[in-house]
Amino acid sequence: MKAFVDSILSGVLLGSLYGLFASGLSLVFGVMRLVNVAHGDFIVLAAFLALAFQHVTGIGSPFVMLTILVPLMFVLGYLLQRAVLNPALGPDILRPVLITFGLSVIVQNGLLQAFSADSQKLQGGRIETASIPLGGGLAVGTLPLLTLAVAVAVIGSMQWVLYRTRLGRALRATSDDLTTAGMMGVNTPHLFGIAAGIAMVTVAVAGVFTGVRASFDASAGPAWLIFAFEAVIIGGLGSLWGTLAGGIILGIAQAVGAYISPAWQMLAGHVVFLVALMFFPRGLFPRRSE
Amino acid sequence: MSAKMTKVVQSSRTSRVAGLAAIVLVLALLSAAGWADRGTLSLLMEFFCYLALAEMWNLLAGFAGIVSLGQQAFLGLGGYALFFAALRLGWNPLAAFLLAGVVGAIIAVPSALVVFRLHGAYLAIGTWVLAEVLRLIFSEVASLGAGSGISLPVKFAKSVRLGPMHRDAVLYLAALGLALIVILASYLLLRSERGLALTAIRDNELGARSSGVKIFSVKLAVFAATGMGTGLTGALLYLAKLRISPSAAFDVNWTSYMIFMVVIGGVGTLEGPIVGTLVYFVLRQYLADLGSWYLIILGVVAVTVMLRLPMGIWGTVARKYDISLFPTRRRVLFEEAGSGGGELCAEGSSAAQE
Repeated sequence: MKAFVDSILSGVLLGSLYGLFASGLSLVFGVMRLVNVAHGDFIVLAAFLALAFQHVTGIGSPFVMLTILVPLMFVLGYLLQRAVLNPALGPDILRPVLITFGLSVIVQNGLLQAFSADSQKLQGGRIETASIPLGGGLAVGTLPLLTLAVAVAVIGSMQWVLYRTRLGRALRATSDDLTTAGMMGVNTPHLFGIAAGIAMVTVAVAGVFTGVRASFDASAGPAWLIFAFEAVIIGGLGSLWGTLAGGIILGIAQAVGAYISPAWQMLAGHVVFLVALMFFPRGLFPRRSE
Repeated sequence: MSAKMTKVVQSSRTSRVAGLAAIVLVLALLSAAGWADRGTLSLLMEFFCYLALAEMWNLLAGFAGIVSLGQQAFLGLGGYALFFAALRLGWNPLAAFLLAGVVGAIIAVPSALVVFRLHGAYLAIGTWVLAEVLRLIFSEVASLGAGSGISLPVKFAKSVRLGPMHRDAVLYLAALGLALIVILASYLLLRSERGLALTAIRDNELGARSSGVKIFSVKLAVFAATGMGTGLTGALLYLAKLRISPSAAFDVNWTSYMIFMVVIGGVGTLEGPIVGTLVYFVLRQYLADLGSWYLIILGVVAVTVMLRLPMGIWGTVARKYDISLFPTRRRVLFEEAGSGGGELCAEGSSAAQE
């Protein structure tokens, strides 16, 4: 029983990481109806960049690297959106899907070329093994708990930006009606760039936390994209807190699957996703309007 | 539109000449089974398998509006169905091959019921999840070699023959036949009323629905048919390779190659994938040794073409010179409109793009 509760608990904390993966995907889809198929590969890129910066600067903590990584990824997201993705947006959904799929192939093989196929891990130091006792023989790792707190903070700030700021109002207006928002003076190409930049900030944070949690390699991107996507669909399109909840449900499913048999870890996650899709096609926490 | 004499045509002189040329080319290709050497035959076999895959992906994405990133699901299923029939049921190669098609079609139906709940890009990733699920399941099936895969015995491979023809020639003819059937079937489908319904769905789902198109059943039929065809192609490819493993058979790169060929050649035309497959094979011949650089180059080429030349090589040429070798669109000819006659394309897609 204790092992089972333990695995549920680790599922919740793993799921918060998936929620972090998914928040950027969810934001970009909400604002410009774009699904970035290379999303997972950018998370891997962020993890590798953190690793490279660690080597170059000699600073021990990968979390310090976020001070470089966050602005860098924001700029990368903004430029990529303006130069490559904005021209592809339009009524034809085929083009953005295929272009981001192409980007995924480019990033993945570029990482393979630059960092080889070897597994890597970010060394987080003492925090990796530290834990907080919960009583009854249960303990929760400090790092997973920090990940959950960070996921809540990231999604909370995105929610705050969306609903409490001028930028958020423009983003929501564009999401509701692109043409009218443009007529009201919203500079949509710039706004899309900002949204993509914010998504890349979540990617940077997700990359560092996932890199400290477990080892990763250049080909991990597609799996992470799929987890992010499943979290978004389970949670319901257009709801950021729903996305976090979706990630946590996915994390629990995987942890319970792994508890039954290691082979079942991934499969259980996918099965829960497919079942959710069958019975709750709009997700468990759909946005009220629509 | 006050012209008094109008008629709707699908053919043109170019298309009739092209039809004739195609027949001559097919006869020449058929004869290759008799005179080409084994290396050439196996390269040609692979070419026609890839062509069939590209044409089917094009039918899904370019005509039915179903952008799938999970076609490797059906390719892998077809391969595994063949191996299962050969190794565990003791079937002959032909029966095992046909089973692959049946399995592809049967699995496509429940898959469609799930993924068709998603739309656009989400549908694309949904199909990918299905392929992942199959990869994980086949990694656990011990009787089919689990994660490390399984081989076909040489005896089975040698039993693939037809009269005096050895295995390479038979596989080549099967691949050629498959590609031709896929192209011909797409051509006939797209020229039919059902094909018009299909493109109407792609261009405007709501409009098509309100015009009485039964969207779900049309999409389902196309998805099942391509599931069958992709399964058969997978069976052929793995009958040639003689070894299958889950990570190779359900590799998303299969779909990457399909997309590359279709995008380079031109989405939404039957000629485009032929051009794209040729380009792909030429690039592969020269670049495959470069390892990951090869895939980076393919990716860069595909993204650039998608941004600069969204209609692909064939689509751009065809538009510039107004040619169509296998015309699927309907044209209205105005016979009173002066010399040469005014032409109007009556198909939805051209109207939407212009």
